[in-house]
Amino acid sequence: MDMDSFELGDLANPRCYTEPLDIGGCDPVLLRAQLRMMLLIRRAEEKIGDMLAAQKIPTPCHLGIGQEAIAVGVSEYLRPTDRVFGAHRSHAHFLALGGEVTALMAEILGRDAGCSRGMGGSMHLWGGSVGFFGSVPIVAGTVPLAVGAALAAKKDGESAVAVVYFGDGAAEEGSIHESLNLAAVWKLPVLFVCENNLFSSHMHISLRQPSNRVARYAEAHRIQAATVDGNDLVVVSRTSDDMVAAMRDGGGPRFLEVVTYRWRGHVGHREDNDVGVNRSTDLALWKRRDPIRRLVDALTVAGEWDNHAFHAMDEAVKTEVEEAWQQAETAPYPPASALLDRVYAKRH
Amino acid sequence: MQSGIDMARVNYGSAIREAFVYLLDRYPKVFVIGQGLWAKWYVGNSMTDLDKFYGTERIMDSPVSELACTGAAVGASLCGYRPIVVHPRMDFMLYAMDAIVNQAAKWSHMVGGQAHPAVTIRGIINRGGEQGAQHSQALHAWFAHVPGLRVVMPATPRDARDLLISSVLCDDPVLYLDDRWLYELEEDLPPVVECPLEQEGSRVVSRGDDVTLVGAGYSAWLCREAAAALQQRSISAEVIDLRVLNPLDVSTVIQSVEKTGRLCVVDGSWSSCGLAGEVIARVSETLSPRKLLGAPVRITLPDAPAPTSGFLEKLYYPTLDTIMETVARLVIREGVHAKAVD
Repeated sequence: MDMDSFELGDLANPRCYTEPLDIGGCDPVLLRAQLRMMLLIRRAEEKIGDMLAAQKIPTPCHLGIGQEAIAVGVSEYLRPTDRVFGAHRSHAHFLALGGEVTALMAEILGRDAGCSRGMGGSMHLWGGSVGFFGSVPIVAGTVPLAVGAALAAKKDGESAVAVVYFGDGAAEEGSIHESLNLAAVWKLPVLFVCENNLFSSHMHISLRQPSNRVARYAEAHRIQAATVDGNDLVVVSRTSDDMVAAMRDGGGPRFLEVVTYRWRGHVGHREDNDVGVNRSTDLALWKRRDPIRRLVDALTVAGEWDNHAFHAMDEAVKTEVEEAWQQAETAPYPPASALLDRVYAKRH
Repeated sequence: MQSGIDMARVNYGSAIREAFVYLLDRYPKVFVIGQGLWAKWYVGNSMTDLDKFYGTERIMDSPVSELACTGAAVGASLCGYRPIVVHPRMDFMLYAMDAIVNQAAKWSHMVGGQAHPAVTIRGIINRGGEQGAQHSQALHAWFAHVPGLRVVMPATPRDARDLLISSVLCDDPVLYLDDRWLYELEEDLPPVVECPLEQEGSRVVSRGDDVTLVGAGYSAWLCREAAAALQQRSISAEVIDLRVLNPLDVSTVIQSVEKTGRLCVVDGSWSSCGLAGEVIARVSETLSPRKLLGAPVRITLPDAPAPTSGFLEKLYYPTLDTIMETVARLVIREGVHAKAVD
């Protein structure tokens, strides 16, 4: 293998970046709020995983446990007037913007109270009031849509930005390259967030691309890019803050590659063996690079925190998730008329 | 011509341009995106100098990226804009299938009717002249197959103008498919009256008793010409222009066939799983066989890609003569004066 295969270097090495985060200069109140959001996402997805295992959820769910710092960090400096798009693994993207846990759970259960009124399930989430414009499971499907949302923002002239999350696999789609080119040539305020978790379904990036660093595509399209540790909330927050601020000032598109690892399989609740990938050694190491644990450790070292406070927060979050699930489970299904009434804006 | 109404004689291509002017003048959220929009020859006379009048920010000539441009238009439509994407040949539009079929068509349904992509995708059917297999296709049936899309095919200058306006003002994704073979067709046009696309559908464009001829776009024009010529052979053909292919409403066709007992559908695309077959199927599902004086027929392309050779091209496309011969056989075989039983 040539050197390019290892272009990410230590960022892709789970033995590195395991120490407590450097939280120097951060607001502890904000950090605790971000920690709570990461915990909420983690516990909500663990609950979904448990319910998948218990066969209470028929719809396919792609869990992003282990990747929570990315959505929380990126969302911190976004406004409800911004336009965020997701993909198949987007529970975190929806929740981090302030989407309701109950609405997510109800959606996954196909209920009318769901964020997509029970028509989308886990893979098609919508949250207009919090700026979540939609997620879909066609790989790279929303990337050109986000470019268009950025075009609309530019036409509006009100400094809103568009954000689109996608994975390293999506970078293999032609759609991405057309979109990067359009965004660059028209200087559109769109933040491309590539969650590089080194896997597309069961395929490691080394089997799919000649380099494991996806940001090289952005550079080829003359888009300013950064590649950072996606399990470091502070770094993700700061980098996306800088990028979004530059975009609001008319600086054109930005590309943020965040290196991370998903703890579960591509789809469903199991860790990996369901798709025939044995990555247990790596997974055990990556779990030590846990974005939540590293923030908790940093807060503890800084004297902002102790185990007792953490457990109190965790218990409150678990209760919130449990209540949301129970509420969702008893919510009604969409009416039969929804099958035809929601196809067009007005029924013909 | 009615007195008191300003009529202006325009051709089909100019009528399309009039719709653009109407929309761009009145609706600031309308913009146009596609390849060749600043060139003089990509789209005939249908968009001449629009970039000069409305500026290059509203008339956006684009990189060679059908998918990203169509997807971007879908995205902008979710933010309150009413973009029109122009594909100067629909063959190239196939690169944009994901944005059209997976995204735009399903968006409203997937998100529970809480957001609607109000995007118009103009695909031009541009064939003949030895352009060959990849510069000739009429793929309207593909899009008519997909719930969530609306598909319109104007056959007259008036529809070319008015259906484009209706398409852009509609909150759903619309495929507006115009045909370069119709660009020189002229008509006197009254002033624009906006009409919701949901209320538009198939229309009887000439009355007759012996046979029902059905088509859309250029095929509807062929049907009208055929009906006029058939009159001289004492065959009275009723012509129905489908106009809107999705959602498809064939109630006018059913009523007509109930009267004539004979059905001939013309479609400038392939037969298998196509528009003509769909129309015949719906009529057959609804009407009692006793109402029919003969088996319904369809006139379509042969099951082959478009040839380049001009000699083969003449054999490939349905012509006025093909229609007249087919209809004459249908009517004469079954007896021109026979009428359907009750």
